[in-house]
Amino acid sequence: MTRLPVSALVGLSFTSAYFLAALFAPLIAPYGMAEIVGDSWEPSSAQFWLGTDSIGRDLMSRMIWGGRTTIFVAACATLLSFGLGSILGFFAAVRGGWVDQVLSRLVDLMMSIPSLISALVILSVMPVTLPVLILVMGVLDSTRVFRLARAVAVDIAVMDYVEAARLRGEKQAWIIFREILPNALSPLVAEMGLRFIFAVLFISTLSFLGLGVQPPMADWGGIVKENKEGIVYGIPAALIPAFAIATLAISVNLVADWVLNRTSSLKGGRGA
Amino acid sequence: MPDPQHPLLDIRNLVIEATSYPPGEPPKTVTLVHGVSLTLEKGKVLGLIGESGAGKSTIGLSSMAYGRGGVRITGGEVILNGRDILKGGAAGLRALRGREVTYVAQSAAAAFNPAKPLMEQVIETTLSHGLMSRAEAEVRAVDLFRQLGLPNPETIGRRFPHQVSGGQLQRVMTAMALCPKPDLVIFDEPTTALDVTTQIDVLAAIKRAIHETGVAALYITHDLAVVAQVADDIMVLRHGRTVEYGSVQQVIEAPREAYTQALVSVRSIDHVEKPEAPPLLSIQNVTARYKGTNFDVLKNVSVDLPAGQTLAVVGESGSGKSTLARVITGLLPLGQGRISFDGRVLSPDLAGRAPEDLRQLQMIYQMADVAMNPRQTVGTIIGRPLEFYFGLRGEAKRQRVQELLDQIEMGAGFADRYPAELSGGQKQRVCIARALAAKPKLIICDEVTSALDPLVADGILKLLLDLQAREGVAYLFITHDLATVKAIADRIAVMFKGQVQRYGTKTDVLAPPYDEYTDLLLSSVPEMKLGWLEQVLAHRRMEGAGN
Amino acid sequence: MAHPVMKMVAQRVALGLLLLLAASVLIFVGTQILPGDVAQSILGQSATPETLANLRAELGLNEPALSRYFTWLGGILHGDLGTALSNGEPIGPALGKRLANTLFLAGAAAVIAVPLAVLLGLVSVRYRNRWPDKVISAVTLATISVPEFLLGYIVVFYLAVEWRLLPSLSTVYDGMALSERLYAVGLPVIVLVLAVLGHMMRMTRAAILNVMQSAYIETAELKGLRPFAIIAKHAFPNAIAPVVNVVMINLAYLVVGVVVVEVVFVYPGMGQYLVDHVAKRDVPVVQACGLVFAGVYIGLNLVADIVSILANPRLRHPK
Repeated sequence: MTRLPVSALVGLSFTSAYFLAALFAPLIAPYGMAEIVGDSWEPSSAQFWLGTDSIGRDLMSRMIWGGRTTIFVAACATLLSFGLGSILGFFAAVRGGWVDQVLSRLVDLMMSIPSLISALVILSVMPVTLPVLILVMGVLDSTRVFRLARAVAVDIAVMDYVEAARLRGEKQAWIIFREILPNALSPLVAEMGLRFIFAVLFISTLSFLGLGVQPPMADWGGIVKENKEGIVYGIPAALIPAFAIATLAISVNLVADWVLNRTSSLKGGRGA
Repeated sequence: MPDPQHPLLDIRNLVIEATSYPPGEPPKTVTLVHGVSLTLEKGKVLGLIGESGAGKSTIGLSSMAYGRGGVRITGGEVILNGRDILKGGAAGLRALRGREVTYVAQSAAAAFNPAKPLMEQVIETTLSHGLMSRAEAEVRAVDLFRQLGLPNPETIGRRFPHQVSGGQLQRVMTAMALCPKPDLVIFDEPTTALDVTTQIDVLAAIKRAIHETGVAALYITHDLAVVAQVADDIMVLRHGRTVEYGSVQQVIEAPREAYTQALVSVRSIDHVEKPEAPPLLSIQNVTARYKGTNFDVLKNVSVDLPAGQTLAVVGESGSGKSTLARVITGLLPLGQGRISFDGRVLSPDLAGRAPEDLRQLQMIYQMADVAMNPRQTVGTIIGRPLEFYFGLRGEAKRQRVQELLDQIEMGAGFADRYPAELSGGQKQRVCIARALAAKPKLIICDEVTSALDPLVADGILKLLLDLQAREGVAYLFITHDLATVKAIADRIAVMFKGQVQRYGTKTDVLAPPYDEYTDLLLSSVPEMKLGWLEQVLAHRRMEGAGN
Repeated sequence: MAHPVMKMVAQRVALGLLLLLAASVLIFVGTQILPGDVAQSILGQSATPETLANLRAELGLNEPALSRYFTWLGGILHGDLGTALSNGEPIGPALGKRLANTLFLAGAAAVIAVPLAVLLGLVSVRYRNRWPDKVISAVTLATISVPEFLLGYIVVFYLAVEWRLLPSLSTVYDGMALSERLYAVGLPVIVLVLAVLGHMMRMTRAAILNVMQSAYIETAELKGLRPFAIIAKHAFPNAIAPVVNVVMINLAYLVVGVVVVEVVFVYPGMGQYLVDHVAKRDVPVVQACGLVFAGVYIGLNLVADIVSILANPRLRHPK
């Protein structure tokens, strides 16, 4: 932890900037979320830094409020997928037998349909609200976390030190929390970053298709949808969320890489 | 043509460096070889010997001007057939590699292309360098297969690498190296990965092939007894420097340097066999198989181990010796038979065993690296059994950990270190301390010295004997290495294909008359004396003729 | 062809069919048994109890779920995908035409993306850790980090609006010449290529690197073979299976990407069809589309598995 690499520094500062903006949106957004303050598609000016949107709302404010929604939904979905996936994954790996078989085959089945298609099928009959979106995204994405957590835990569970703990007579809880978990943490933390990025892309895509966050609530995918007609007139309002999503995704990626490197070089991992 | 006055290979002041990229740290340049010089005459064999990290493989590959990974030759000259190959350029090197110098790798299984039949690969260089027609090359390859004692020499070339055994593959790789009639072959630990009874055949085949083709060779190994059988000269290396360089006779029979003397006399521990005593562990007619298979890996195994003594279970891969350890610990429930320990019958299943049984029966593993949780300090690792079995905490635990560290001859600073910061020998010592912490009556040692360099292994064996004398603990010692067995055992069980082939006190087991397998096993262990290989082979031929 | 390989392939195909059947159950369960009421969603909050009851009866919702599932599945097996709720027309013909359009779009993208990704992967390996590798790696990271619809609008903004090279809407109709059709789908093809190229190239690079670091490649180098011979004789035969696998997995990914890209360019394909009918809550259409997408996805993954089996020398030449 002595020296922060430049890439990690860049990633960390962008990521925290976005998260802080999301957290303090009510304080920093110049205007309200749905407040109409000017003409449609005004160019950027001192008053409206990023111009206005298709119906004359301040785009800067929409972006800040929208980031709040996008990051909130993605973060909740990530926590859900992560909690569900890793607990079930560890459980399947440690218990083995039919528990493992049933869970693994179920996950195989869920992954045999692309998540976007599954989400569309479910959203065709469910009311589209934030809790439903979070639930659908979280459950669908937990399959990937399950596979990783299970694979990592299975690898660790066959290590001699886990066998040594079992021969000592240690309880299941000690083996999971003291022997397996500390060694599984760094790949899982890195994966958490990737899952978060995926969730951001996923919710943005759904909103863009009109099946995610519903207007007038702002989110980045929705801002694209609202302003896409402007593109053909050369108005780049719809491209601004692209920039936001891409920089957020890249910076979270950089942070995840750094976490993975740091934890694997600190203790162990170097021995072989 | 090269000047006959010059040697075939002349390496002068070779310096080799490598760059490593530790994660999160700036790249580091380390020197692997510090100014080594050697010469090799046509048709002679030079043995390069040393422990891991001695630089022996790196030097061997330098005679093909090749560096693995980030390894670079940064100084000195490598003169082959009168010219410095380091100045040859890419085309010059291509003309040299596979033509004048060829290579036999440690793991033939990995070194063969899995997607091509063997013949294709064996004659590849002969064709690509335009030495012979395909038909001629195939004839030569078949001749070599025959010379190397491969079964079905005419057709084995049509097989794929995964279709032949490890020992055969190693011989095919030797044929591949000899096929283009090179001047020099590099043998890089060609028999290390093989079982001891296979090793002797491959070794004999290689020696005969070298002799009959008149090729020169660099023979790289960590086993001095092996190299003594094939080499004319020996160079002993340590940390990338020459320790001793001389004729095989001088190095084996009159080593000058202290390090070489230690290598020659390694495993000369003198252990006096203890007298018969009532058994602590008694294994009676045990049969076991793995779940989902219909084949017994252990068949009717019966052995006893008296308290405070050592039972060595010896066998080759697939003999069932490690399965026996799993059955005793309860990891693999036995099918039939029973195991009694300290006067009571052990539950066949780990879950059914009393905490006291678990405490008194500890285990040490082959790979100390993976036997310790990399995220726990040495103090935590040794302290956990103290806490778990005896409820020791705080200062009392710390003191006891320190006592144990003293017992394994490691200092005070180690309690706060992580396993990754220890050397191989130190790691194994910590595992011993963890086992001792439980105050067991029996420790199962599963190949505990196999992954270590000879001198380090020697230290571990001495420590184990020392601890046995002081603590009265019994060892069930599983190994494939007969030298280790001779050094520490009171009793020996020889296992072969899941059965105990021979069992008794050390003196009885190691004295004739032998059964066939024990004879083969015992006679296959290389001895540190010149001419041993010929003696054994002559002996076997006589016996074969007698039958 | 050796016997055990055929057996393994047959097993994989059977498993694929089983998976498809299970996927049909999952799709059915997803639309029928979840707490939402289909009739209510179609008619909205203003529906009277009578109209709701009529619609339920018309949709067969009063039957037990199991028998409805088998009626649905039986229909599909006979080529009857059901009737759309929104316009009362049979789904089969409409879907077939759109599937053809989608496959045309995805196929055009694949024809460009696959060779390009493999080529870039090879270049990356050849110049590993040098500038060409780093540039390719950075550009692909950027394309991976942007969702397809944003890539779409970036492309529209520059290529269609600013530079006027290609049309911003992909209008296709029957009887169109192939060249016109290709011109019309120019932009969506570019977007799809960009969307899959990054993943495909990175995975190809990893697969080839894995092979190049094998001990048998070192053996080939120590044999003094030319770099070309090393690649052609020793690397290629072993790299083919992992690379085909990578390609198949990414083509499956492309099938999903196509949904969004069709919406961006208002292209009359399966994706657009599915999204429209999700918004209209037209459940039979959603089910049919979901099943077709799952089928294509499972099929491509199956091909990847079969290629791995066929290319494995251990299986082809058993002991």
